[in-house]
Amino acid sequence: MIHKYTLNGFHIVLDTNSGAVHVFDDAPYEMLDFLDNEVPEQAPAGMMEALAEKYDSATLTEAYEELRTLYENGQLYSADAYHSFSSMLKEAPIKSMCLNVAHDCNLRCEYCFAAKGDFGCGRKLMPLEVGKKAIDFLIAHSGGRHNLELDFFGGEPLMNFPVVRQIVDYARSQEEKHDKKFRFTMTTNGLLLTDDIIEYLNREMYNVVLSLDGRKEINDRLRVRADGSGSYDAIVPKYQKLVASRGDKDYYVRGTFTKHNLDFARDAVHMAELGFDQVSVEPVVSDPKLPYSLQEEDLPAAFAEYENLANILLERRRQGKGFHFFHFMIDLDQGPCAIKRLRGCGCGNEYVCITPDGDIYPCHQFVGEETWKMGNIMEGTFDIPMKQKFAVTNVYSKEDCKDCWAKFYCSGGCAANSWQYEKDILKSHKLSCDLEKKRIECAIMMKAAMAQ
Amino acid sequence: MKQIKTLNQATLKQSAVKGGCGECQASCQSACKTSCTVANQKCENEDNQ
Repeated sequence: MIHKYTLNGFHIVLDTNSGAVHVFDDAPYEMLDFLDNEVPEQAPAGMMEALAEKYDSATLTEAYEELRTLYENGQLYSADAYHSFSSMLKEAPIKSMCLNVAHDCNLRCEYCFAAKGDFGCGRKLMPLEVGKKAIDFLIAHSGGRHNLELDFFGGEPLMNFPVVRQIVDYARSQEEKHDKKFRFTMTTNGLLLTDDIIEYLNREMYNVVLSLDGRKEINDRLRVRADGSGSYDAIVPKYQKLVASRGDKDYYVRGTFTKHNLDFARDAVHMAELGFDQVSVEPVVSDPKLPYSLQEEDLPAAFAEYENLANILLERRRQGKGFHFFHFMIDLDQGPCAIKRLRGCGCGNEYVCITPDGDIYPCHQFVGEETWKMGNIMEGTFDIPMKQKFAVTNVYSKEDCKDCWAKFYCSGGCAANSWQYEKDILKSHKLSCDLEKKRIECAIMMKAAMAQ
Repeated sequence: MKQIKTLNQATLKQSAVKGGCGECQASCQSACKTSCTVANQKCENEDNQ
């Protein structure tokens, strides 16, 4: 399987199964229209004649030879070697946990998938006892995994900061005994950041995700306090202070775009101009009936904006002012292995979310969906058959994914999105897929441009 | 090659053989929390690089 497209004058050809990415001149690119999943030793009847008006014979002969070389090297129309691996996938140890330490929030963002902080389950903070039990649960279910990830999430996790500190202390106290290494992360809206907390997060957190939607008017339209006032002015200086003292540790300033800001490249650039060089701006996940939700009709504008952003990033890079945009970051050589790419985020199998009451869900986006509750760590219950269901969910078990060229880049997409929009974790949400494919095309075009 | 430029080593198939150690980050933890991009994750397995 291949995928070919032209963007910014580059003819790009992806060979799905080998992961090879090529930039073609015109003649070999046009030849692909005459080929069907192979490059036979003899060029297909009619191909050379059809192209003879545009290209001289030497060019055509050379182009076809180059196609043959790629084919013989397994870099074009390469066979699918992964189906057998997908059928061997089974339950894996749990190594990642989202810990919802606060089902409460000091913002009331319009688009919040957590029902403005409480996930529709009532405003609660996680007691230390539950947090410690979650650490024990993660260690006990992690098998031979050494690196364990724990994301402090909410709601707003800083509303329960004393417990966060105690959970970190407890987890650290268990590392040596169990030969584990905890990597803590936090996703915060920033309002409660203080100098002491910034110093703590920069010391203890492997990554921090700082929520900001970009320009003040965009951020303050949906990221509001209970009284309706915006959050931009309060949080930006705190983020700048945090990032200035973060050293080379990871962070992301992360925003959401909606129908209201389909010109989201401006928000990404705005964040860069605030001094943030690791930026993520992502499409809103929301009920299609809501006025800010993205619809099929918004796709042309969103696609154009991704292209615009890719060009801006290339230009800024040339000027020495480049920044990282999360969804355009692709490592073509040393990214994740094919096995990882078969089933992606690992939700419900390698990854679970724990609520303040100790309830277990496949991930943070399933919280509050009673159908998907997997058990409770305080009660010692855990739905293994549900874990198995997620374990065998992969790009070959999803009808829409198995023949998709993008399957090893997105790994089947987000199960929670599939549930929210399609009510079936084995189905794909077309709008999310279309956006993801566009991002991949832009990201790879940037690689082509940088390779020039 | 003169008319085709290949941008990468195309090691996906080899990566399947030694892959699956499970030590890499859950993609959703790194920044997104609402979408899924796996190809930008780092491999943590030195034997596979």
